[in-house]
Formats: sequence, structure tokens, C-alpha cells
Amino acid sequence: MPSTPPRRPRRTSARTRVAASLGRAASALSRRLGRGSGSVVGARVTLALAPGALDELATGWRVATVSGTNGKSTTTAFLRAACEAGGATVASNIEGSNLRSGVVALLTSARAKDADVAVLEMDELALPTMLPSFDAPVVVLLNLSRDQLDRFGEVRTVAARWRDVLGRHPAVVVANADDPLVVWGAGTAADVTFVGVGLRWRLDAVSCPNCGGRIASTERDWWCEECELRRPTGYELAGDELRSADGRVVARLQPGVPGAHNVGNAALAVVAAEKMGVAIDVGAQAVASVTSVSGRYGSVTVGRATARLLLAKNPAGWRELLAMTEHEDRPALVAINARIADGKDPSWLWDVEYERLHGRKVVAAGERAADLAVRLHYAEVPCEVWKGTLVERLRAFDEPEVDVLANYTAFADLVRELKLV
Amino acid sequence: MTEPVGIALVFPELLGTYGDGGNALVLQRRLQWRGIEARVIAVGVDDPVPSSCDVYVLGGGEDAPQTLATERLTAHGFDQAVARGAVVFGVCAGFQILGRSFTGADGTQQPGLGVLDCTTRPKGTRMIGELVVEATALQLPLLTGFENHGGITELGADATPFGRVLVGSGNGAAGVEGVVTGRVMGTYLHGPALARNPALADLLLSWVVGPLEPLDDHVVDRLREERLHAALGRRHRG
Repeated sequence: MPSTPPRRPRRTSARTRVAASLGRAASALSRRLGRGSGSVVGARVTLALAPGALDELATGWRVATVSGTNGKSTTTAFLRAACEAGGATVASNIEGSNLRSGVVALLTSARAKDADVAVLEMDELALPTMLPSFDAPVVVLLNLSRDQLDRFGEVRTVAARWRDVLGRHPAVVVANADDPLVVWGAGTAADVTFVGVGLRWRLDAVSCPNCGGRIASTERDWWCEECELRRPTGYELAGDELRSADGRVVARLQPGVPGAHNVGNAALAVVAAEKMGVAIDVGAQAVASVTSVSGRYGSVTVGRATARLLLAKNPAGWRELLAMTEHEDRPALVAINARIADGKDPSWLWDVEYERLHGRKVVAAGERAADLAVRLHYAEVPCEVWKGTLVERLRAFDEPEVDVLANYTAFADLVRELKLV
Repeated sequence: MTEPVGIALVFPELLGTYGDGGNALVLQRRLQWRGIEARVIAVGVDDPVPSSCDVYVLGGGEDAPQTLATERLTAHGFDQAVARGAVVFGVCAGFQILGRSFTGADGTQQPGLGVLDCTTRPKGTRMIGELVVEATALQLPLLTGFENHGGITELGADATPFGRVLVGSGNGAAGVEGVVTGRVMGTYLHGPALARNPALADLLLSWVVGPLEPLDDHVVDRLREERLHAALGRRHRG
């Protein structure tokens, strides 16, 4: 990255150094016991011994963070690719490790040693608690919609916490202009660049987060009828063309993963990369090279079937996915869990238009297959209920092509079964 | 040829946080599957609330939208539909709105529609998890759902609860859940409630169209068995 000054040396206290080495020892033990990679376990040990470890570990890094309900992992992958294309050596946390322990695990890991830039996916609620540890980070804010309501409570509360921390701590914010909750959440930041990416899911922003008034909207604009909150100007995405505020086409975005929503994620990523010193056209080329993110959008062959692996975590994500696969007639293996990371209440199934699966062979699977089967029953979409693992069911297909559509932990289980990561 | 049964889904943009729009779909399908015509009318925030529907379904919502919904319903003369004898089914925020008062986003007490004799105040913590209720007053099998709310709803003398809470919090007071007064019901059961409790859906529908033929509910029965078992464990027998 040409304009990047060399990173300041990292100095950590004896306490943090000892805590980090004990954390690494715990990781190694956990690995030997066969409990996954163990890095997050180790980080929990580090944090227990040195609760302030992140403040010290964060020193000296050039950091970009990515947060929001949907698209975090993909946007992080885009931004990472863009920074690498710009010449940086990037350390980045893998999906699922987007809480404090995951970030600490990354920053104490061996692979972080030679890196000069950290691109960090951050959980929406963890972002405000971690941000103050970093020196003027670039902060990408994607969107906020209902997800895990039993954990997050109201969506507006999350936006309010963003608002609070961005008012107190300097950051370079790149935010989605089409989500009123995000615009309000970013409203206290001194340095903010908006990108209009289009937004199809507006159900969570009908009333104004600022005043409770009604949000009116047209195809490309929105405003509050009562207060001054309205769609800000900035970069605009139209089709695959990204235009700057003065209307110039600055890039064409053709990311290597499918879906209109991912073109929007790519737009936010390349604008954020520019804030990290990477020219927009370099960033745009880099996002084209990202073809799979933690197994998502990838294909695997199991038995006779080649399966396309698609993840959706919440109604907004399902909406994008069902729109993307609507014209397919291949079978759909749909897997739903309701663990803590998914939200323990799968009522959201009724916010998703599963009617769009009509005409396809549908198999309901996952720990909450019975909930999905009832939803499909009322959608008048016949389905088979499968109680076994997804890989077992994939082996049984006679069709050459299958879509797997799964929510968060169901997808993670599948990726683990397939040993894709 | 009689008119189709009209099911109003009230302000889904404001009162649709927990998939409760599904309640309207369940009611519609259960009529259609019995050869009875039914249509769902989604009422937008700016639309006048139709006064002629047979059933009104109100879902859960966040604090600010709840206040906005109450204002609009009051302005649109929703009480006239109730006075006419329409069936009303309110869930969570939709339940609280039907009461005499609730606490709004700004912490002040706000008037509800006063259709049910109950008042809601904040508990300070949220009550979240599986909810199982003995629906004694409704003479129905166990009710199952998922609750996620911060309100304690206390009932006045004119309000009858559905029955005793077996698992979860329900109204958060007196160990009971829900309110039924005439043809108006309020409940904290999400799921959506009518998807997980077809007998409750059929009770509401019977108030509109009279006695109903049974349907093949084996898909729902499997879900009920699973959820009741998860919530009650070994206490549940069949």
C-alpha cells in the first residue's frame, strides 16, 4: 500500500505478554483435545488474565472493521482482497470469530506477526465495545435488520450504540445510505462517506429511528416525514456502475460471488479500501477475484449431485437468496437451526416468502425442520422432512444439481461435515 | 354466494416484528382448505383501517412503532369494528395496544385502545423463551409459543386469562397468560401463535363461520409434539 506509513512497533505490557502466551498454550491444548482450532478458547484465557489486552494488542495496527446484520463475511473478504491488491499484508478474522475473543485471537496469532493491516469482521453489538481500542479505524456499516431478536432486542438499540461510540471516538466511516437505521447510527461520526447501494428490505425501518415518525420512500430515496433525517448523498451504485457524488463512473463492480446484494457489498468495500489507500479501480478488480467466502457460494459434489452452498441468516438474507434462485428448478435442501447464534425463535420463517420455492422438490432439514415444514405446509409447498445430516441427504439425490439453503449454524455444520474449512 | 371472510392484517410494517403476519395466512388457509373463501387485507400505515372485516390480526412490534400504531388505530375508529363484534387477535405489542394503557418508548404511560381490561408496565428485563399455557378458559389443548417481551400485563376485573402458565412468564403477573373478552384476544405467544396452535385458530374462525370440519394437521402435530417436549421435558405425556 503505497501511501501507508510503516506500522509503529507494537509494545505490550508484561501482563499482556504473559496472558497471550498462556492463551496460546490453552489453544494448543484445546487443539490437541480435538476441540477445533482452539484460538478463541486461548483468547478467552488471555482476556481473563488481562482484560485490557485488546487496547494494547490494537496499538500500531491500521484497521478496517466491517459490521452490520448481513454481508459481514463477504464484505470483509472483499475488503481484504482489495487491501492485498493494494500491496498490504492483511490479517483478517474468520467468520464466527467476530466477537472480542475472536479479534484478540487474531491479533495474538502467528499469522498476524507479519501483517501490517487488519481487516476485522465485527459483530454488530461487539463493534461499539471494541472500537475505542483502535486508532482512527475505517468503519464499514452495512445494514441493520431483524436477526436474533432474543439476543439483540430491538434493532434500533444497536443503531443507538453505534451512534454513541461514533460520537465519542474518531473513525473514518463508510456507510450504506439506503438503510435509515445505518444513516442514523452513523449520524454522530465526524468523518463519514455514504454509499447508496439500494435496499430491498425496509420492514425494520418504517418508523424513524430518530423521532418515531414515519419514513416515506420512493425507489431511490427516503426521508422522515417529521424530522430532518433523510437519505444522504455520496457514492451511488446503479447496476454495476459505481458513481462518485459528482456523477462520474469510478468503477464497474463484478464481484466473483453472485447476487445483487453482493454488488452493494462490493461498493462499500472498494470505497472503504480507498480510505485505506487503495485506488478504487484496484479494489474493483480485487472483488472480482473473490469467488467463495468460508464455503459460501461454493459448489461441492456429493454422491451424484453437485450442490451449490447458500447461506441466509435472517429474513433479509433469505429474501436475497430466494430472489437469486427463483428461476431454478433443481431440488432445494433447506436446513434451519435455532441455536443461540441463529436466534432461538424461528418465527422469522413467516417473514420469508418460501412460496417462491413452489414447483421445486423441497427437503426440510436441520434441527428445526418441523418448524420449516409447517411454514411450507401453509405456503402450500410440499416437502419431505429429513432428520439426518445434510451430507447423508445429499448422497441420496438422483438429480445432478442441488441447492442447499441453510441458516447460520446449519451452514456451519455442513461446512464442517464437508471439511471445507 | 356469500362474501369471502375478510382478514385484516393491521399495519404489518409496524406490527410485524416476529413473523406474526403468519397468523393471517394460517386463518386464510384453514378456511380455504375447507372450501370457504377468505382474503387477507394488509392494512398499510397510511390506509384507512377497513371497518367491515371479520377478523383483525395485530402482531408484535418495537416501542416507537407501537405508539404510532395506537395513534393511527384510534384516529381510524378501530373501536367501531370491535363494537360490531369483529374477532380481534393481538400478539405482544398488538396485545398491549388493546389494553387500557402501556408504557411508550419515552417511558411515559400511554393510553391503549381500551378494548381489553388490562394495563402493561415495563418489567425492566425481557422475558424470552418457550411459553406453554394451559388454556382452561378457552377449553383448548396446551398452547405453545415463544415469548419475547419486556412488559408485565395486569388484568382488571373484566378480563379473563387463557389459563395458567406451565413454562415461561406469559403476562408476567399472577402466573397466567393472555386475555379473552368476548371475541377479542390478546397473547404473548409468538410462533406464530396460530401456526403452532391450530385449535386456537379454529376457535377464532368458528366465531365467524360456525362449527368447522377437522383438517389433517399431522404436519403441525409433529411440531407441537417437538416443542412441547422441548419445553416440558418428561412432564409432557402425549
